[in-house]
Amino acid sequence: MDGEDGAPKSLMEEMYANGIEGVDDAPSSSTSTTIRKNRPIISGEQLDIEAYAALYSGRTKIMRLIFLADHCDNSGMQLEALRMAYDELKKGENTQLFREVVQKIDGRLGPNYSTDATWCAMVDRKANQRKDKLESELNAYRTNLIKESIRMGYNDFGDFYYAHGALGDAFKSYVRTRDYCTTSKHIIQMCLSAILVSIEMGQFAHVTSYVSKAEQTPEALDPPSIAKLRCAAGLAHLEAKKYKLAARKFLEVGPELGNSYSEVIAPQDVATYGGLCALASFDRTELKNKVIDNINFRNFLELVPEVRELINDFYSSHYASCLEYLGNLKSNLMLDIHIHDHVETLYDQIRSKALIQYTHPFVSVDMRMMADAFKTSVAGLEKELESLITDNQIQARIDSHNKILYARHADQRNATFQRVLQTGNEFDWDVRAMLLRANLLKHEYNLRASRKI
Amino acid sequence: MNSVEGLLTQIRGLSSTASDVLSLQNVLKQADESLHAESTRLLPFLDQLDPSKHSLGYLYFLEACTAGPVTTESASSFVLIIARFISSCVAEQIRLAPDKFISVCKRFKDQVLLLEEPLRGVAPMLTAVRKLQSSTEHLTTLHPEFLLLCLLAKCYKTGLSILEEDIFEVDQPRDLYLYCYYGGMICIGQKCFRKALELLHNVVTAPMSTINAIAVEAYKKYILVSLIHHGQLSTSLPKYASGVAQRNLKSLCLSYMELANSYNNGKIADLETYVQANMEKFGSDNNLGLVKQVVSSIYKRNIQRLTQTYLTLSLQDIANTVQLNRPKEAEMHVLQMIQDGEIYATINQKDGMVRFVEDPELYKTCEMIEHIDLSIQRLMTLSNKLTVMDELISCDPLYLGKAGRERQRFDFDDFDSVPQRFNI
Repeated sequence: MDGEDGAPKSLMEEMYANGIEGVDDAPSSSTSTTIRKNRPIISGEQLDIEAYAALYSGRTKIMRLIFLADHCDNSGMQLEALRMAYDELKKGENTQLFREVVQKIDGRLGPNYSTDATWCAMVDRKANQRKDKLESELNAYRTNLIKESIRMGYNDFGDFYYAHGALGDAFKSYVRTRDYCTTSKHIIQMCLSAILVSIEMGQFAHVTSYVSKAEQTPEALDPPSIAKLRCAAGLAHLEAKKYKLAARKFLEVGPELGNSYSEVIAPQDVATYGGLCALASFDRTELKNKVIDNINFRNFLELVPEVRELINDFYSSHYASCLEYLGNLKSNLMLDIHIHDHVETLYDQIRSKALIQYTHPFVSVDMRMMADAFKTSVAGLEKELESLITDNQIQARIDSHNKILYARHADQRNATFQRVLQTGNEFDWDVRAMLLRANLLKHEYNLRASRKI
Repeated sequence: MNSVEGLLTQIRGLSSTASDVLSLQNVLKQADESLHAESTRLLPFLDQLDPSKHSLGYLYFLEACTAGPVTTESASSFVLIIARFISSCVAEQIRLAPDKFISVCKRFKDQVLLLEEPLRGVAPMLTAVRKLQSSTEHLTTLHPEFLLLCLLAKCYKTGLSILEEDIFEVDQPRDLYLYCYYGGMICIGQKCFRKALELLHNVVTAPMSTINAIAVEAYKKYILVSLIHHGQLSTSLPKYASGVAQRNLKSLCLSYMELANSYNNGKIADLETYVQANMEKFGSDNNLGLVKQVVSSIYKRNIQRLTQTYLTLSLQDIANTVQLNRPKEAEMHVLQMIQDGEIYATINQKDGMVRFVEDPELYKTCEMIEHIDLSIQRLMTLSNKLTVMDELISCDPLYLGKAGRERQRFDFDDFDSVPQRFNI
């Protein structure tokens, strides 16, 4: 795969000049074996697929690679992603997905990466054998009525189905263990499995319900589990477009998460999702308290220094550089499986917040200077401000002739008088109409009553 | 004939005091059938009675005379007789036989319309209304007839004078619907859109058990007037509107709802194409004039929105935003709105700029204080009325019976005042 572009490289270097330890300065290629644990993965450069995939494990790794292949323009990257997906699938047992990936590769990677029918047949045969074995075991346990064995039997079934890509059956099997759970640990295990399958299926309603179920267990949970549950809850809120709640959840994830939830999410993702959602939905106080002063979250932000920089820039009103970082991140964020359809909304919200925050302290603002600060034209800025004013998010008025924005504080006294008169009129109208209607109803009621008599 | 003669003498004799009049009424009721049988020959006898003194008797005779079908020759003679009767009759005697009076007046209206001179009927009908109603808050069956004549005679101002009064008592629901519908049309004609909206709203939200055509037509006009006056249409009827209205009205006025939707989108071109496409539909409902006003109001709405965001704006920009073709047109619109008092602005022709200013009303003048004071008084009277009505109803045995029976369904606090003995 080709290395990164030369031109923006120096700028990029400058950006993370203030320090990630152990960063390679030389352009790295995918075949280099340098340890890249601390290297920023979600950054402004072209995505390093191998490093990206190394963050994840299990089914999500494959799904992410497939998503990458589907959505990126660069055919080199595409093939690289598909190749890695193929290799990963060969280690597993999901023949359905394997066939899909082979179809996508379409022979472009040579004879080594084509349909391996023998392998598929062998895997399927083994799968059937295992399934029969599991079934007979489960029946045996069921007749013996040993709760723990039945639970483990269903669990094994769930794992089996999950490995083979039958997500619906996996979910059902995991849920069936609920009746046989005896300790809180079992319940947590069941909830986490159910959450994992639901996330893979994309059914985030289940995720929320199982998270709350898990959190309600009487025993205290161990910190990694708490962190995992918070991540899952955050993801569910993100999908439901509740960015504020998602941000809060992600910000509460403790550093104990580490890499323990790599089947779902990586710490870099926690930082990115949490940071962006917070920026889009929190007000200034909350942003300072929960993000900038948050020691736990700082560890996460270190993994994605661009997000850290852009949050700091926003808070210190360096809007141009903040928006520049955002623009650079966009292409890589569009390749992420969870956040790609929220990127536009989040970006719009962040931009609006920036505009509002810019105008907030001033009585009058020169729109030409503001346009420079936001790297846009005066006409474009005027349009954006107009829509914000109409939505009542900025209290100001535009002097289009001189291109100045004047803050406008409504005259409370006049407004009160107007409202008083208006309320009086409305009351008048409503009461008169009501008395009229009451009269009609009485008439009708009398009519009916007299007919009965 | 003898019976008629005898009747005439009785009328003349028993028309002086109130008790006499009551006994006369009984006599007349019994003789009613025979009068109707002789209807064609009763006309000459009318001259023997004096309408101002023997109003009740005259009324019975007149009603019998006009009971038959209306023809053009009889119409002209009867119109004069009835008009004179209405102006000279005594209100108390009339009110003893309201349905007869109403049928006479309705005949009068038919005759006037047959002669195609609705203007002749306006003044007499107004007098008739005033004499029939027991108070200015009372709505009689004659009110809608009167308004219909005003509409047909294009005599809107007279109609408006009746509409100024608040109605609280209604004889027949159908009268109210017609009254409000015609009243709405009169107000639209006089460009009093606020009052029109009020009247049409009353029809649309009136209690009704089945949907009727008047409500449907009223709702169509309501949509259009709401767009002209407020610039928007509330999508659902208020909770107190009857169930049938809430369920059915929208589906019966689909093209108007579409119009409201495309108005809300703000794209003038779309609105105009939609109107063009549905011209005959609007025309067949006689709403073309209103629809045209809706289209012109969208420009006003857009310009008004601009006053909220801009302090100064060039005419060219206004023309662009509001989708007009040339700045000259924008200037005309803005000028018209300034003159109508809908916006406050100054036009600087040298720069081609419009400067929007705030509403100069400072709420500090004596007139304003007086206005506020009067409003307060009016509302206090209204509030008292409401309390009185509330008290009346809470003593009404029918209401107490129903509330007592359904006590379980309601909150404890609301209905604890109902005595326990109504718990059947």
